[in-house]
Amino acid sequence: MSIEFIYPEFEIIRNENRCISCHICEQQCANKAHGYDEKHRIMTCDDSKCVNCQRCVSFCPARALKIVKSDCTLRENANWSTQTVKEIYKQANSGGVLLSSMGNPKPFPIYWDKILINASQVTNPSIDPLREPMETRVYLGKKPPKVQRTKDGKLDCSLPPQLELSMPVMFSAMSYGSISYNAHKSLALAATELGILYNTGEGGLHEDFYCYGENTIVQVASGRFGVHADYLEAGAAIEVKIGQGAKPGIGGHLPGTKIAGDISRTRMIPEGSDAISPAPHHDIYSIEDLRQLVFSLKEATEYKKPVIVKVAAVHNIAAIASGIARSGADIIAIDGFRGGTGAAPTRIRDHAGIPIELALAAVDQRLREEGIRNHVSLIVGGSIRNAADVVKAIALGADACYVATAALLALGCHLCRTCQSGKCNWGIATQRPELVKRLNPTVGSQRLIHLMTAWKHEIKEFMGGMGINSIEALRGNRLMLRGIGLTEKELEILGIFHAGE
Amino acid sequence: MQTIDATDLDFRTVNEVLREAGSDYIIEGCCGQRFIAAGMSGKNLTINGIPGNALGAYLNNANITVNANAQDAVGDTMNEGKILIHGSIGDAAGYAMRGGKIYVKGNAGYRAGIHMKAYKDKIPVMIIGGCAGSFLGEYQAGGVIIVLGLHTDGRRIVGNFPCTGMHGGKIFLRDSCEDIHFPKQVTARCAAAEELDEIREYLYEYCLDFGYSIEELLSEPFTVITPDSKNPYKQMYVAN
Amino acid sequence: MKIEGQVRIPSGCAISAVISKDGNKMSGEMVTNSMKPMHDRSNGLGGGFAGYGIYPEYKDFYAFHMFFDSRGTRKECEAFLKESFEIVQSEIIPTRKIPSITDEPIIWRYFVIPLKSVLVSLQTDEKEFVAKTVMKINTEMPGAYVFSSGKNMGTFKAVGFPEDVGVFYKLEEYEGYSWTAHGRYPTNTPGWWGGAHPFTLLDYSVVHNGEISSYDANRRFIEMFGYKCTLRTDTEVITYIMDYLLRIQGLTLGESASVIAAPFWSTIAAKTDLDDQKKHTYLRTIFSSLLITGPFSIVLGFEGGLMALNDRLKLRSMVVGEKDDKVFIASEEAAVRTMEPNAENIWSPAGGEPVIVKVKEGAL
Repeated sequence: MSIEFIYPEFEIIRNENRCISCHICEQQCANKAHGYDEKHRIMTCDDSKCVNCQRCVSFCPARALKIVKSDCTLRENANWSTQTVKEIYKQANSGGVLLSSMGNPKPFPIYWDKILINASQVTNPSIDPLREPMETRVYLGKKPPKVQRTKDGKLDCSLPPQLELSMPVMFSAMSYGSISYNAHKSLALAATELGILYNTGEGGLHEDFYCYGENTIVQVASGRFGVHADYLEAGAAIEVKIGQGAKPGIGGHLPGTKIAGDISRTRMIPEGSDAISPAPHHDIYSIEDLRQLVFSLKEATEYKKPVIVKVAAVHNIAAIASGIARSGADIIAIDGFRGGTGAAPTRIRDHAGIPIELALAAVDQRLREEGIRNHVSLIVGGSIRNAADVVKAIALGADACYVATAALLALGCHLCRTCQSGKCNWGIATQRPELVKRLNPTVGSQRLIHLMTAWKHEIKEFMGGMGINSIEALRGNRLMLRGIGLTEKELEILGIFHAGE
Repeated sequence: MQTIDATDLDFRTVNEVLREAGSDYIIEGCCGQRFIAAGMSGKNLTINGIPGNALGAYLNNANITVNANAQDAVGDTMNEGKILIHGSIGDAAGYAMRGGKIYVKGNAGYRAGIHMKAYKDKIPVMIIGGCAGSFLGEYQAGGVIIVLGLHTDGRRIVGNFPCTGMHGGKIFLRDSCEDIHFPKQVTARCAAAEELDEIREYLYEYCLDFGYSIEELLSEPFTVITPDSKNPYKQMYVAN
Repeated sequence: MKIEGQVRIPSGCAISAVISKDGNKMSGEMVTNSMKPMHDRSNGLGGGFAGYGIYPEYKDFYAFHMFFDSRGTRKECEAFLKESFEIVQSEIIPTRKIPSITDEPIIWRYFVIPLKSVLVSLQTDEKEFVAKTVMKINTEMPGAYVFSSGKNMGTFKAVGFPEDVGVFYKLEEYEGYSWTAHGRYPTNTPGWWGGAHPFTLLDYSVVHNGEISSYDANRRFIEMFGYKCTLRTDTEVITYIMDYLLRIQGLTLGESASVIAAPFWSTIAAKTDLDDQKKHTYLRTIFSSLLITGPFSIVLGFEGGLMALNDRLKLRSMVVGEKDDKVFIASEEAAVRTMEPNAENIWSPAGGEPVIVKVKEGAL
């Protein structure tokens, strides 16, 4: 080999006693890690091509396969980890910017796991969610600061546009292009069935999915792909994407190889052309310009749809959110630094932004201190992994959560983190027709419905335990949370007491 | 033809009136009202005064004539229709426009035609009569931008950093462009006759709109700029 | 040990109330006695009363009932009040020494009215200014505490059993057209008089039974509007919510009840009166953070009336009875019978269904 050689990260272990040479592994692997030796009539494998997506493992009828981490290692070094060294080799080999997919995998603190949830004992009753009413419905949108009455003294019951959700969880933005048609369809079907919303991401909306508009958030990002009046009209809400947790301050770039057929048409760009999202919106260079974009969208849709402004959680997020709340936005979505992505520069993904837990706590508190918390709803995302994370987020002050990675896992994703290759064996992050068809939207949506239904039950169990039978009484109810193993400063920012206090 | 006196009206009211049944309107006394005709179709609109930012944003299929200057973000993300400006326009005109026409008699500010798009035969066109500011056609992914330099007062036809990140579409500059520095990923060359034929129809329309002769416009050489690659950033990354 | 306010102390309770619809005066003795049969609902760590119509001679002035930890604090506070109020009367609140009530602070009352010039320069209305002043004293002046601030009404509270507190404050000497009473069962021993109930702001007073589970959601919302929850009790936050909904937002009592004890969405959806359905949807959407969950029964006292309300699941007991011009409300029927052995129409209001009783127009 050569100086450029890097030993494969994974090894494919085939149990020859079990293997029946059925070729399924070979057929399933778009990376061509599996092959067949005609001469010796045995299955072969090339570890260097394996991304550990577990597709072959899952589909091997003889359970003859497993993927293991290679034990060929460099000499141990606490400072120069194998990963760090290999990244240097890759850059020395290519001169390229390291590109990764999915969320930040680094061992930063996960605050969700350092927060514990309360339960009622004696002084007030817990509630049995299986037999007593337990409400998880939320309305997202601006709430008027003052009640108005008509001339005859009756309440004027008109409200700014609101989104009704059956539970405080939505599927967050993933563009058509970064994920497949069938993945989008699975999300749309599930959102419709669940009474929640999914988000088109910045790649426009395929004409086949306009019929799911009531459960769709249409996104407007700096590239403005697929944005036109009909698209804006199609959704239940419009999201202006300023930033993304996985790559704050960075634009997007969908390679031209993925811009074919329907994707090209949906995005309104020529086939094969790169889809570049500039880092900023070039009509927003200041907060007052955001107001301009928000109101241009409202004007174009006659004030019938709430406008969401999505930002990445960055250092000054509380002040930024306050500015957004005053810019006419109905809803603010904040994406934490663990949020997923179809592709982001590794260094940015792993080192820019802040955890969503701290960002949420700071923003909710700031908006309350300024007396404008009710002017906007808050959605948080960036690695909401389970129902406990949802409950903690709501109690810290969120109105609802965005999930994407969890939804992709339900669709079959095994977090191999090579979405950027476009060769997703699970039919999710790919545009190759033979791979896309592996994801059956009916099955996919059913799995999403299962996941969300299970979470909803768990959320209700938590609520019942706390003696709360309506989700709005949990929102911002930080006394229901306690920290464990957190510093004074962390507790102060989270606005919670330590366990035992 | 209906006349709207916008003197004391806010933008919301102006648009509410415009959305009503009629199709032909004149807005008098316009002074800074934003978002005029946002997302609208089937309207013919003449504006006297200065329209505010984001004139004709998401314009679907309407004709707008402005008899004076217009401010920033004219035709932002417009889809179809035509915006005719008898004066000059501000920054970021035609941002992400995907169809329709913006014809300007005067000059354009920074970032005109930024991220213009196109798909198959749907091609947006922007013509600037005077000169354009810096970052003309930044990120351009499709469409046609033409700058005529008819009344430059000695200034260069375009500012600094034109065509940065351009990866689709075409830019025509009515100038030999000897003193203009283009980025590496585009090619600037003297436009051949067949290339000029592609835009002749637009130029002819422009002449009708503003009273020029096509011969006058074609009397000077045009430089055409096209990107070398639709994938300018391909070599920049390594999978990790 | 942390005192109440630094820490949140849940508590159970007994409540009792009476009102004369004709505006007839009753001494505080009856309502004091009504607490006796409910003795076991309190644990001796707090009792209190609110009487309405008790200061007819000062009815145009705000009656500030205050606790002070020292004479110095009182002097200091008085000087502060004089900067923006006319003080027409300043006196000790009469009490009698009884063995069951000890360690009393200095208990004082002022009858005051904000200076017009101050209101003009601050561009604020009288009630808003009084409420702000109460918040300011209670949060910024250690050792001074305003526990009653309405016109022609007053609260009386102490650490002790409620029936003893009534005797301590000589309530038999006060005459009011309505009274509320509270006996407290806190889970801790703060030993601080300010923590007893009723809790009041302006003429709103709240007695409450139960521990609400929505507390911090409610508190963090209401604190956006200038309220400071210094005691961290349910009663305090409910009082502020009622003040906000009634005085600031201008809701009716019934509408306010529909906010804090909002019907379930399924109940709203099942309504056949579409206007009513729309109204409930509206109120629940815009004031979603003021929904109170968990068990509560409350009696809200205000000028000219009472409102009793249970949580929407009716997790606490509450009984209402009537006799002639009077309406009685209590945690237990026994308390009602103590006040009026021949009370009629005894019923338990449904969860979330407010019982609003007002003194007839012109009777006061």
